[in-house]
Amino acid sequence: MKQEQRYIEDIAEIRSMMERSSRFLSLSGLAGIIVGIYALVGTYIIYQIFNFHPESILSGEAQFESSSSQSPKVYLLGLGMLVLAVGTAVYLSAKKAAQKGERAWNASSRRLLVQMAVPLLAGGILILILLAKGMIGSIAPLTLIFYGLALFNAGNFTYREVKSLGIIEIILGLGAAYFMQYGLVIWAIGFGAFHIVYGIYMHFRYER
Amino acid sequence: MRISINDLHKAFESRIRLGIMSALAVNDGLDFNSLKEYLDVTDGNLASHLKGLEKEEFISVEKSFVGRKPNTKYFITKTGKVAFDNHLKALENLIKSQK
Repeated sequence: MKQEQRYIEDIAEIRSMMERSSRFLSLSGLAGIIVGIYALVGTYIIYQIFNFHPESILSGEAQFESSSSQSPKVYLLGLGMLVLAVGTAVYLSAKKAAQKGERAWNASSRRLLVQMAVPLLAGGILILILLAKGMIGSIAPLTLIFYGLALFNAGNFTYREVKSLGIIEIILGLGAAYFMQYGLVIWAIGFGAFHIVYGIYMHFRYER
Repeated sequence: MRISINDLHKAFESRIRLGIMSALAVNDGLDFNSLKEYLDVTDGNLASHLKGLEKEEFISVEKSFVGRKPNTKYFITKTGKVAFDNHLKALENLIKSQK
């Protein structure tokens, strides 16, 4: 009987090691929910308080002039949101890893970050280039598309569900590119609503 | 089918060796430090188990340099994969037969 117990433990150890060493499984679902809320609040601020309407870019020079004075504030807000979102995800994932008695910074998480960094850096640089040429309308579709590509890629190195979220973001990004006047709304759906839906799903599936 | 404890390879008796083989079975190569992080063991302990597995020709070693730092990467060999798979099968069968 004692022997049998040992065999079962051996198999459990093998399975756990295979999983841990091939995927980063401390990605926090809770962080998804919080990041989604940041995105929604951020979009609200851009719309209501800054009165920034990128759709006016399409309808003529005059309106573009009026909103361009707000642009620096919008960029700053975007940057702040990005820092806050990444910080929250890193902090909560590290906490989750610590609870499981694992290191957050290991070969699995490093691989995950490298896989995400390539599409994100390419997209980020492209967006900066387009911004320098005054194409503000490209921000929403391109952030969605490149983030989606990063997630699709990341899905191989963490929870599989991340892949599906990636595909959704890519589709929304393409939609935002076609219906550019709704870019910000679609952006809020992708980064806000879907992060929250994903976060709730993951939280209830894996974190309880 | 008779399954006996003899089918269990004695090279895998240690949990650490089992862990090394499991990690290498699903990754195409891991360096010393990554293995150390996953297994949470000391340098000396890990090194001696790696040497043991290397002697059995279950893993292969590739030494290179990252900048000036030596970097040792470990891979599972074909022999190692077969032995590991057989060991897993034997474990599963032993559990099944005792139920």
